[in-house]
Amino acid sequence: MKLSNYLVEIAGVSIFPIISLLIFVVFFGVVLFRVFYMDKNKVDYIANLPLGKDDTTTSENLNGDK
Amino acid sequence: MQIEKFYYDNRLPKMFGIATIFWGFVGMLLGLVAAIQLAYPVVNFSDYFPHLAFGRLRPVHTNAVIFAFVGNGIFTAIYYGMPRVLKTPMWSKALGKIHFCGWQLLIALAAITLLFGYTTGKEYAELEWPLDIWIAVIWVVFGINMIGTMLTRRERYMYVAVWFFLASWVTVAVLHIVNSFELPIAFNSLKSYSAYAGVQDALVQWWYGHNAVAFFLTTPYLGVMYYFLPKAAGRPIYSYRLSIVHFWTLIFLYIWAGPHHLLYTALPDWAQSLGTVFSIMLILPSWGGMLNGLFTLRGAWDKVASDPILKFMVVAITCYGMSTFEGPMLSLKNVNAISHYTDWTIAHVHIGALGWNGFLTFGMLYWLFPRLYNTQLFSKKLASAHFWIGTLGILLYAIPMYWSAFRSYFMLKAFTPEGQLQYQFIDVVQSVIPFYVMRAVGGTLYLAGVVLMIYNIYKTCSAGKFVPVEEAEAPALPKTFEAPTGAHWHTMFERKPMLMLAGAFVVILIGGIVEFVPTFLVKSNIPTIASVKPYTPLELQGRDIYIREGCYNCHSQMIRPFRYEVKRYGEYSKAGESVYDHPFQFGSKRTGPDLARIGGKYPNSWHFSHMLEPQMITGSIMPKYPSLFDNEIDIATTASKIHTMRNLGVPYPKNYEADANADLQKQAEEITKNLAQDKIKTSSNKEIIALIAYLQRLGTDIKNEK
Repeated sequence: MKLSNYLVEIAGVSIFPIISLLIFVVFFGVVLFRVFYMDKNKVDYIANLPLGKDDTTTSENLNGDK
Repeated sequence: MQIEKFYYDNRLPKMFGIATIFWGFVGMLLGLVAAIQLAYPVVNFSDYFPHLAFGRLRPVHTNAVIFAFVGNGIFTAIYYGMPRVLKTPMWSKALGKIHFCGWQLLIALAAITLLFGYTTGKEYAELEWPLDIWIAVIWVVFGINMIGTMLTRRERYMYVAVWFFLASWVTVAVLHIVNSFELPIAFNSLKSYSAYAGVQDALVQWWYGHNAVAFFLTTPYLGVMYYFLPKAAGRPIYSYRLSIVHFWTLIFLYIWAGPHHLLYTALPDWAQSLGTVFSIMLILPSWGGMLNGLFTLRGAWDKVASDPILKFMVVAITCYGMSTFEGPMLSLKNVNAISHYTDWTIAHVHIGALGWNGFLTFGMLYWLFPRLYNTQLFSKKLASAHFWIGTLGILLYAIPMYWSAFRSYFMLKAFTPEGQLQYQFIDVVQSVIPFYVMRAVGGTLYLAGVVLMIYNIYKTCSAGKFVPVEEAEAPALPKTFEAPTGAHWHTMFERKPMLMLAGAFVVILIGGIVEFVPTFLVKSNIPTIASVKPYTPLELQGRDIYIREGCYNCHSQMIRPFRYEVKRYGEYSKAGESVYDHPFQFGSKRTGPDLARIGGKYPNSWHFSHMLEPQMITGSIMPKYPSLFDNEIDIATTASKIHTMRNLGVPYPKNYEADANADLQKQAEEITKNLAQDKIKTSSNKEIIALIAYLQRLGTDIKNEK
């Protein structure tokens, strides 16, 4: 697969990693912001799923209780 | 809402669990044999047959412990844990059985084909093309079952372990398919050539190789941790919010880290720098996972002191933290200059493998089997003994390897006051043998611990009664769903598995695309060297013998631009030199010296004698290769090989196939005549002639540059 001959160079290639960095910063900025403001009840419910403690409560009840 | 009754199946988790234990023992035993071979080369048994020599055996060990041991461990966790957090059985029992049988068959075929020398010559991707296709088939079967389970769940929100399993599935699929682009030389041949060559092949290979670590050895095991640690500790994970952040960060950053395997090689600088930077950033999400695990036990450390299962898990998570700190440190160029090609890499791998993967698997198995058999663990004391023996084994493995690595580094770079290299390579080999012995002791201890576990679990199962299914009930999920106002955005991903799949898929593709596109499309990244020409037919046959015997497991072919390295091996390797190397053979380890410029260094007679009796260099640990002197070169394959190489872009003249064997025989006669002048009698059709031709070609092309 001799692919190295299509372009001699990519002029101004440094824009691509800069765009990548921007996407990264924006995406994770939003993630961090919204994680911070999550509803505590929802968090506790999901974290307890593997323990199977209260199998009568489902996510449906949880939302209803809100 | 109607309550539905259903059953969790325990049969497949049990079978996968038994497979995990079995292959764990086999894979680790192979590792121990390989370790002993390095200290006592007689254990290669190369006087009798070529199949067990280190170059063929080591890949069986790596494939067994990664795909057979850890692979079955992953499936055990998924088939047990996923149904329980999604409140539904696995979607298809039939697909589950096909998955189980197909995977074990794959392992058996892998072991056989590798021992018989059918290998692609690419690390952790050695399996030849029919097995690559089989892997893809079974992986799709597995995926359908897993996704089907997610789509028929009764719990709307998918617990974090499920995201890790899903992301692992999709990424491994991408990695496997892209790295396995290879062209068989014929429909009825197991032999294939990588579609990529040289530096480009190296980049794809280590994008794959590092992410095999990431998405086969790490992310699925984070899924194991997120399910089994809360179960064993009886408390929820420390921070669900942290798990969201570190999940997305991890899967995004890990992909970019591949180039840290190619620092100071001919890979373009910008790619090396990307690999380093992203590897450093990777500390954050990795330690996010570690801290989430360890903090889960805050205030419950007394439980850890009395429970061997928790002890295994805590040490596993700590080794994960250690490894994910050491890894980024090894990605710094100045540190990598010391560690690359040495036993430091091996130490690093085994802390992760024995500590994180091994110990977390043992913790899971000790927790799981008593429950599958409705009984208590046969002996907590034995489990505790396993823990201590295993931990000691890890230490006795890693510490000698660190010592060996530093010793090798200082010896290899030492100059005399007159400006000559102070040590020969063989001096270094001899000086680290004692550390190989110590490492084998460490490995023996670790394996002994596993034997204790086998006994303990066997006695547990004998005393109990297997519970094939567990009843459960839960309300069905309503078909329509209105997100309540103010619901967190991430819950949208947790509710919609296909969206989660698509999101993870996009995220993991980004790193690969940014690193691959310029390397493949931009000429200046692989500058052409006019004097570099394709291999002759004889040399090509010889190269395939080199790959078959697994020489790359001990010998590198990539000289770095360091004064001591250039002095020892010759001019440092350029990107343009390996453009016709399908696959590349840069190598990862120097148990023996680098061979990039071995061409012309020694006479043909030296190579002849050396392959027959490597211990003519006193103190060498290299196995013998007597079969090369009896086997004939398979000239029937020459035409197919030339044809395939031309299809992959190597500029052999049109219709060269017609003349290839004539050229091969002519070159072979020249070498044979030359050997006769040194009083060595042999036939020109033996494999050793082809191998000599290949070795004598290595690194010589650029001497013709003006």
